[in-house]
Amino acid sequence: MSDLFTFLTRMGDNTLVLGHRLSEWCGRAPALEEDIALANTALDLIGQTQMWLGRAGEVEGAGRSADDIAMLRDVWDFRNLLLVEQPNRDFGHTITRQFLFDQWHVAQLDALTRATDAPVAAIAAKAVKEARYHAERSAGIVVALGDGTEESHARMQAALDRLWPFAGEMFQDDATDTAMTDAGIAPLPSTLRPAWDETVRATLTEATLTVPEGTFAHAGGRTGARHSEHLGHMLTQMQWLQRAYPGATW
Amino acid sequence: MSDPKREWPLWEVFIRGQHGLSHRHVGSLHAADAETAMRNARDVYTRRHEGVSIWVVPSAQITASNPSAKGPMFDPADDKTYRHPTFFDIPDDAGAM
Repeated sequence: MSDLFTFLTRMGDNTLVLGHRLSEWCGRAPALEEDIALANTALDLIGQTQMWLGRAGEVEGAGRSADDIAMLRDVWDFRNLLLVEQPNRDFGHTITRQFLFDQWHVAQLDALTRATDAPVAAIAAKAVKEARYHAERSAGIVVALGDGTEESHARMQAALDRLWPFAGEMFQDDATDTAMTDAGIAPLPSTLRPAWDETVRATLTEATLTVPEGTFAHAGGRTGARHSEHLGHMLTQMQWLQRAYPGATW
Repeated sequence: MSDPKREWPLWEVFIRGQHGLSHRHVGSLHAADAETAMRNARDVYTRRHEGVSIWVVPSAQITASNPSAKGPMFDPADDKTYRHPTFFDIPDDAGAM
């Protein structure tokens, strides 16, 4: 399996899994306005997934479509970050997860617009505009809820404490990353950390939230070595139709 | 019913469809502050590329005419057709009026 294919599935699986997580709020969000906004974001991410996984299928050359890759793989073939497969829990967890991801996503996509690989640069150019809006929105809500009522503050702090150990995986380098960097396609993940730290901490400070001190980082999502138990449960929901009625279309 | 006092304030949303035309009222929404109202307006009312500019205004800031005063307010204009400038030709390059 080529490094480019792995890289493309990492990008596409992040947006697929997070997009599906957000879609779980559809019809259930705390306010109509948030319901629509979350569904919009979910659709943006699924749209990006079609581009990343579609390109992955072309690069692989085995005739698989984006749908095939999304719906017919099992947990161990997914290459998304552990962060994005974490369950929605309450709105505070959903928004905190989104905020931590969006801040990384914008920096990553911004760098990818300068990729030497034309399809990667083109996908990134389209996606980065969407991601910038997602980032503005999630940061705004983090500040509003962190610096909000006693209850919203407590929920946001609990969400941050729980999700912070999942942030480190975004910045771990491996052989695939080195290959992508050498090919002039993607930045080395670790190089995105200082800027991410700076903006994330500034927003969290404005939100009157305390950044957890620990440096422990869960890993195993983007390598596929060890997903959390949540991904399998999510896939049974997401993939059941194609599993029950293979090849179904409408 | 939820307690109306605990609802976010109501905002009226105005969107300009394309350059050269004025903002039009498209609806309303709830939001805690102006920035959130702007983002919500973007998400609720411009999903299908309806606009190039958004205004949000607190609904409480709008002074509306009283429906029961409709007669004295509007009926006197009924029979004054001479106020319609229908006798002028508008040059094409004047654009939208």
